[in-house]
Amino acid sequence: MPEYTLRIRRFDPLSGEAAYWDEHFIEMEEHNSVLDGILKVKDEKDGSIGIRCSCQQGICGSCAVRINGKPGLACNTHLEEAAHRGHGVGWNPPAPDDTSSGEGLKLPEIMVEPMGNMPVIRDLIVDMDAVHWRKIQRVTPWLINREPVPEREYIVPHANMVDVTQPMSCIQCGACVSDCLSMEIDPLFIGPAALAKAYRFVGDPRDAQHRERLFDLAEDPHGIYDCTHCFNCVDACPKGVDPMNQIMRLRRIAGTDYDIEDRNNGYRHEHAFVKNIRRNGLLHESDLLADSYGGKFNPAAGRELVSSLPTGIKGLARRKMTPKTALMHPHKAPKPVSQTFDRIEGRDQRVELNLYVSGYEDDEPADETESEERR
Amino acid sequence: MPAYDVLIIGAGLAGQRAALAAAQTGATVGVVSKVHPVRSHSVAAAGGINAALNPEDSWESHAFDTVKGSDYLGDQDAIEIMCREAPDELLWLEHAGVTFHRDGTGHLGTRAFGGASAARTYYVADITGQAILHVLYEQLLKHHAQLDRYEEWFTTDLVVGDEGQCVGAICRDLRDGRLELINAKAVILASGGAGQVYRPTTNGLIVTGDGIAQACRVGAKLMDMEMVQYHPTTLSGNGLLITEGARGEGAWLLNAEGDRFMEEYAPNKLELASRDVVSRAEQTEIMEGRGFPDGTVALDVTKVPRRRTLEALREIVNIGRDFAGVDITREPIHIRPGNHYIMGGVKTDVDGQTTVPGLYAAGEVACVSVHGGNRLGANSLLDTLVFGRRSGESAARRALRMPMPSTPSACLTDTQRALAAILRRRGNGSRIGAIKKELGDTMNEYVAVFRDAEGLAKAHQIVRRLKEEAAGAAIDDHGSVFNQDVIAAIELSYMLEVAETIVIAAEERKESRGAQYRTDFPERNDADWLKHVDISLDGGPEPKVSYSPVTITRWQPEERTY
Ligand SMILES: Cc1cc2nc3c(=O)[nH]c(=O)nc-3n(C[C@H](O)[C@H](O)[C@H](O)COP(=O)(O)OP(=O)(O)OC[C@H]3O[C@@H](n4cnc5c(N)ncnc54)[C@H](O)[C@@H]3O)c2cc1C
Ligand code: SF4
Ligand code: SF4
Repeated sequence: MPEYTLRIRRFDPLSGEAAYWDEHFIEMEEHNSVLDGILKVKDEKDGSIGIRCSCQQGICGSCAVRINGKPGLACNTHLEEAAHRGHGVGWNPPAPDDTSSGEGLKLPEIMVEPMGNMPVIRDLIVDMDAVHWRKIQRVTPWLINREPVPEREYIVPHANMVDVTQPMSCIQCGACVSDCLSMEIDPLFIGPAALAKAYRFVGDPRDAQHRERLFDLAEDPHGIYDCTHCFNCVDACPKGVDPMNQIMRLRRIAGTDYDIEDRNNGYRHEHAFVKNIRRNGLLHESDLLADSYGGKFNPAAGRELVSSLPTGIKGLARRKMTPKTALMHPHKAPKPVSQTFDRIEGRDQRVELNLYVSGYEDDEPADETESEERR
Repeated sequence: MPAYDVLIIGAGLAGQRAALAAAQTGATVGVVSKVHPVRSHSVAAAGGINAALNPEDSWESHAFDTVKGSDYLGDQDAIEIMCREAPDELLWLEHAGVTFHRDGTGHLGTRAFGGASAARTYYVADITGQAILHVLYEQLLKHHAQLDRYEEWFTTDLVVGDEGQCVGAICRDLRDGRLELINAKAVILASGGAGQVYRPTTNGLIVTGDGIAQACRVGAKLMDMEMVQYHPTTLSGNGLLITEGARGEGAWLLNAEGDRFMEEYAPNKLELASRDVVSRAEQTEIMEGRGFPDGTVALDVTKVPRRRTLEALREIVNIGRDFAGVDITREPIHIRPGNHYIMGGVKTDVDGQTTVPGLYAAGEVACVSVHGGNRLGANSLLDTLVFGRRSGESAARRALRMPMPSTPSACLTDTQRALAAILRRRGNGSRIGAIKKELGDTMNEYVAVFRDAEGLAKAHQIVRRLKEEAAGAAIDDHGSVFNQDVIAAIELSYMLEVAETIVIAAEERKESRGAQYRTDFPERNDADWLKHVDISLDGGPEPKVSYSPVTITRWQPEERTY
């Protein structure tokens, strides 16, 4: 059986000591999970290692941690996969079979630490109430029934219920929250898991307050327009919830279906992007800001432009733009770009790919109407 | 000291449903759970929930299937209530927001399940338990003004007053180790099953039979403890469950020779016979040499259209991929019978009242008994909800009629002392993990699908020895913040007590019925054994056996074929 070095981040708030790394050697099968490894150490050597866990099958959401830098569930991450993850990136050690350091072959190393963006209570246990659950409560996380409530069930399309199964399959593990970049900068950001939860109601035809929910989330400066599209939550999520995509759907529904022009200018900013690409083919950053505020000659844009001068100067200094490109368009969109826009905008219904159901590399030629969820 | 009209221990489906019902009846409610409510093991329920909601279906048909499934050990008055109330309960869930999947017309959709004469299992893909549990939690958040939640609080003991009635519970806040006596006019146990007594099991690490042992300690009667369900399709090795929904959607069982062997054992219902029947069939195939070398047979999900599998059985696609390295949409997966559920538990009436006044029980911890000798798939979620609600309502009604009872003065210090004794232990005894492993292996060997007197006696002896060892098991953690070591020691003591009652009941019932198959008494014997085996401490230190009659209303016992 292969051997691994398991390094567990330990912290005991009562000891008065700082957090430290606790090293154990384990001999286990490659396909055993990181949780199996931790529990083996806990069972055989040290019962004081703190980690929440229960189902061991990736459904209860207890055991989210960071493993070699990446957040995820300890129970469905195989040791072998974990050992080869992220080596040589950032502070991670070189790959185990990399002998270039001259130290000889090291045991594959698996570092397990608590999730980020949440205070640590002890060892691998973080305070989810203080962050995650508070954010969930922020989005009015219950169905506000459409009236009248029918005597029997609401009659709603099967496709909608399959569609909301994606956010519904969130197990509230917090892995996405752990590494959300926006939340790192803005701790008040509602965040990926809670916004995915919000979509669960906005996508549910039985809910009566779609507009109110969307308005609230669009107007909140820490709401749907606070996400920076970093994809970390998509990578982190063990259940394919794809929180970023749920956020983007909230934006599309807010902006396009309900015409909510938020005070954060998120909606106009997004449209400015689309317009910008359609016109230039490439992102022309110096136009973006002005477009977001209604074009260069709009008084609001003037104010914003002045206030963003420092950013502009930085942009010039870093050669993201030159005085010339700031004023003129160096590039025109080639035909295929505008054709693509025409095709998509020409559809009578917006088509949303639901990767939850059709995301498998399907070799059966999928029928478009079946594999794509229509709104 | 916090005090409530109704205190609920456990926040799985039964506990949360009870909490909402009690609050709605006008009671003040506290809910204690040793894990965050959405981590409760109800989250793992995959396949669905039964209800005769379709106009073509009838509650009588559902009830008959349940009675037959129980091998006539279920109490028919309770089964009648469960099946009659199922449709309303399901609609309540739907209105609360559960995203049940629909049929082509937008009405609630169904899938077929084992032992059922109609497709009456309602589902959310194969995350039904999760979807319901999370929606109930949404409701708990919605009604936060009426409900106090004690999340990550561990109940160590029930507290009994001078007149023998339950007056509260002692709980430990896992975050800081603080002990609190919570006073209550009525206590509802909803702390789930005891799967961890076995190894492997489909149950999570937290499912350690706490409530069954706690109730037994304060004198409550247990019932049907010998009835432990082995699910036909679990992964070898780790014991993870492949939902019955797979067979409901059309998957086949094949032996190593490629034969669809259920044709032999249950020519009509095939893969969808009762679980006890299918598990015995598989075990027989394996023992007679027609299984695979790893002691398994195969489940062939490729019989289900691939798109349907991806849409409706996605979770087991993930389980196959992550935990067995098999793409179930393309190849059969090896499975075998594995520990899954305990039909027995704390004996209650149809309103959840146990034999201790003021103490109620609902869900897997309880035994009403609606499952008798064998539970039908998708009847457990229904049981947790219907009897969770009924207990919540009746506990609240009791509470609203009475003043707050006083609590015995010494109870908190007794528990404090017991905990301090555990904390004083050092690293020199046996390891908790090792005792637990031996217990699980023992139960899985001798108290499983097939049992006999000799094996049971051996198991009994081992469990007794382990009980002694456990009393001095090593403790590494002496702190107060999230001390999981101390909790594990307490849970181990519960598990061993539960294991002992299972073994005693299995030794007692000298016949084969439902999940209890005695190779030394291979026939069902209605003349002598159409009765429940009850177990209680009855004031002494050792569990004692007594009997109670099975309630039969309209379905007389018949021979059972599928
Ligand atoms: C893998 C799997 C799949 C299943 N699929 C189905 C299905 O498809 N259909 C079906 O009908 N049934 C199914 N079942 C059975 C069903 O899920 C369970 O029987 C049911 O969910 C039990 O619910 P419960 O509320 O009684 O207990 P649980 O959900 O187990 O909840 C127990 C609660 O008690 C708390 N608790 C326990 N001990 C303590 C303590 N000492 N102090 C404080 N709190 C405590 C826990 O924290 C938890 O909140 C399945 C079971 C498993 C294991
Ligand atoms: S994509 Fe958005 S929500 Fe997701 S992690 Fe990045 S910033 Fe956070
Ligand atoms: S969205 Fe995914 S990563 Fe985030 S809490 Fe839910 S399951 Fe976990």
